[in-house]
Amino acid sequence: MTSTLDRRGFLRVSGVAGGGLVLATLLEYRTPELQAAELGANADFAPNAFIRITSDGNITIIAKNPEIGQGVKTSMPQLIAEELDVPWDSITIEQADSDPAKYGPQVAGGSTATPTNWEPLRRAGAAGRAMMITAAAQTWGVPEAECGTEGDAQVHHHATHRHLKYADLAERAATLPAPDAATVRMKDPKDYKIIGKAIGGVDNPKIVRGAPLFGIDVTVPGMLHAQFVKAPVFGAGVASANLDEIKRMRGVRDAFVVEGGTQLAGLLPGVAIVADTYWNARVARNALKVTWAAHPTSQQSSASFRARATELLAAEPQRSLRTDGDVNAALRAGTVVEAEYEYPFLAHAALEPMNCTAHFANGKLEVWAPTQNPQSGRTLCANTLGIAPADITIHIVRSGGGFGRRLNNDYMVEAAAIAKQTGAPVKLTWTREDDIQHDFYRPAGYHKLRGAVDARGKLTAWDNHFVSFGEGNNFAPAAGTGPGEFPASFIPNFRLGVSTMPLGVPTGFLRAPTSNALAFVYQSFIDELAHAGKQDPVEFRRALLAQFTAPAPTADGRPGPASMNAERMRGVLDLVARMSGWGTRTLPRGKGMGVAFHFSHRGYFAEVVEATVAREGTVTVDKVWVAGDVGSVIINPSGALNQVRGSVLDGLSEMAQQITIVGGAAKESNFVDFPLLRLRGVPPVDVEFRITEFPPTGMGEPALPPVIPALTNAIFAATGKRIRSLPMSLHDLSWSE
Amino acid sequence: MPVTLTVNGTRRTLDVPDDMPLLWALRETLDLKGPKFGCGIGQCGACTVHVNGIATRTCVLPIAAVENAEIVTIEGLSADGTHPLQLAWQELDVPQCGYCQAGQIMTAAAMLQRNPRPSEAEIDRAMTGNICRCATYHRIREGVQRAVAIAANNNDADASTLDANLGATLNATEAK
Repeated sequence: MTSTLDRRGFLRVSGVAGGGLVLATLLEYRTPELQAAELGANADFAPNAFIRITSDGNITIIAKNPEIGQGVKTSMPQLIAEELDVPWDSITIEQADSDPAKYGPQVAGGSTATPTNWEPLRRAGAAGRAMMITAAAQTWGVPEAECGTEGDAQVHHHATHRHLKYADLAERAATLPAPDAATVRMKDPKDYKIIGKAIGGVDNPKIVRGAPLFGIDVTVPGMLHAQFVKAPVFGAGVASANLDEIKRMRGVRDAFVVEGGTQLAGLLPGVAIVADTYWNARVARNALKVTWAAHPTSQQSSASFRARATELLAAEPQRSLRTDGDVNAALRAGTVVEAEYEYPFLAHAALEPMNCTAHFANGKLEVWAPTQNPQSGRTLCANTLGIAPADITIHIVRSGGGFGRRLNNDYMVEAAAIAKQTGAPVKLTWTREDDIQHDFYRPAGYHKLRGAVDARGKLTAWDNHFVSFGEGNNFAPAAGTGPGEFPASFIPNFRLGVSTMPLGVPTGFLRAPTSNALAFVYQSFIDELAHAGKQDPVEFRRALLAQFTAPAPTADGRPGPASMNAERMRGVLDLVARMSGWGTRTLPRGKGMGVAFHFSHRGYFAEVVEATVAREGTVTVDKVWVAGDVGSVIINPSGALNQVRGSVLDGLSEMAQQITIVGGAAKESNFVDFPLLRLRGVPPVDVEFRITEFPPTGMGEPALPPVIPALTNAIFAATGKRIRSLPMSLHDLSWSE
Repeated sequence: MPVTLTVNGTRRTLDVPDDMPLLWALRETLDLKGPKFGCGIGQCGACTVHVNGIATRTCVLPIAAVENAEIVTIEGLSADGTHPLQLAWQELDVPQCGYCQAGQIMTAAAMLQRNPRPSEAEIDRAMTGNICRCATYHRIREGVQRAVAIAANNNDADASTLDANLGATLNATEAK
């Protein structure tokens, strides 16, 4: 055990030297003794938490992160397999349980999987390969330098034409000390055979056969089925319920009140119904009559928020986030544009409704959860239910979409609370109505913008008063912004002020959070300024990108690093202009092209939309062009294309959606009033990546934000009508000659 | 009252409540987890199976209404996962999260049964009742077209062609 600690300590140090603590956390090598104890007499080769090679030839690679459709169950193992130098078709990929001590962070959020794991997972694979080479060299009695691998899960000794399978080396390799992960030799990217290759999702064979894969498919012996009914007004308590009547209904085993708390992201009050089948629980739910307690936020509404926002926008901002130059002087000197922008609350509407299976027995909780953030679910369950974190096992199950919704684990703690009360395994399955009406919504927001262009058409002033939600200096979740957000640092006279109002509606992260709203506002307003300055929208943006002034200050006021690289953005802007033939075609009235770019989640995306607005006002998106820069390699071009096209269509879909708060509750409830894009009318989406020298970054989100303003800008080009609020249905876009 | 029906070629008698939707009888009583619950009101198509050859939403279809019916779920679409749609879906890497795909494939399969060579507009019309929240719609359309080609030419689908297929839609540009 001492040597384990020594080695871990050594790796921690070298991990820091190698550029990050994550590496050390991830590469927790185990001693042969410890491996033997874990694996019994059959000493398989398991150099780290991510690789297992057995003497009978099975090569298993662990997929550490939750798979929600973003493709990490395929792309992350690609990194390991590449450096381990094994054939992709020969490996088995296994989903990890939640165990951050073993695997490092296991979160599907912020498009972080690629940048966080790019180095450590390749090093994990390379360490495994290095140990195989050592084992072979020892077996043959030759120098390691004479041995090599060729991607076939064997070590080759070229001088003597000998080779040994990894499987045959596993037992010896398992006795070797681990190499220094920070200095282990990795491949030259030009030799990649698996990274950069389009590989289908590893679960595709199961998906096309309907095999049970998702959280909702989990079955545990003796499992019961639960419904959990919460108040329409978020967080309202249960005053009374007809529990006795419900308990007598067909198949019902129990019905009880869950007291819950007041934290919107925690366990909220409600009534649990536990039955033998989903349907019996659901039928009983239909007969449930609950009187909900009065609640202080029951008067809040989208209308009241808008009224308050109007008042706040008429006054000075409550606080300033950034002031550069002399905004007022620049406004006086230039051609001024003023506009107010607004966007609504949005739901996530992942197609698999929230669900979770939980079993509490002997003081321990076992959970099967389609979650994006298992560790925070563990903390929530532990704190809410008084269970030690170590006594909670969380199995990460494939999610039928996430989009940020499953970063919150409300459904997990509900299932756990119901299971704890019931004693038997319980699967909680929300209805679609539960899902739409108890989401953590993309927050609405309101902006009053003033900008100025000078006589040469140069953008000289930008003044933004952003009204959002929160209290004091704290924004509600996903309702904030910061002083570094573009176009800050690109306009010499710049002011960002914010005001907030309190909110009783849960908010959270929706794919490309904050960006999915701010890109609409900023890239639309930049378009307004381009037109005011009589500039071509692409040329105007090129000029703006050339105006980089100073990096954003840090929170404590010190100069900060530039978050957005203007050259990389210029690269994708030029590329998308070329792809779309920007400025080379004359379009008839009713047809227009719009451009927008946005930097988020370390990714650079510029997009052009061509749209047709019919005389009666119907909008058709004719085509979308996307240029992206996510660094030096596209790990899986197939998955990347899926993410980009999906993000673009997701953005277009959002433009038709809104969640309306009425009486403190969400009005919309299902796909009839919260529509999702359907196949008919899906436009072509052309995608190109600009390969740059930077380390690869994530693909799940950054392609979404630009498409929304690209379309509104195209509509302006087609009709002269400026969309300053969403959803699109608010606007009459009809026109005549 | 017990209901008798044929599911994936096997005669079954189910003693479940008359009002239980077919979806839940399939998922829970028969443990066929392929058909998915998405909306509960027949709007999203995730629960689609074939009822007497017709693509049908099962989340709103009471079991009593399908007495003696012939039911085929995604699990029974082919014996070994080699229906042209199942091959095409893998070849083109259609799924993202994958949750809607059983419903998508069953809707497409019923359409191809009636119309083995659909136009793009006919594909769009047939498939527009099935929501894909990840919006992998380009590949759903391409997948149906690819399945038509596989069925017509009886040529073998091959997942290794994914790279080649991508060439038409994805280009990487080396930055200078």
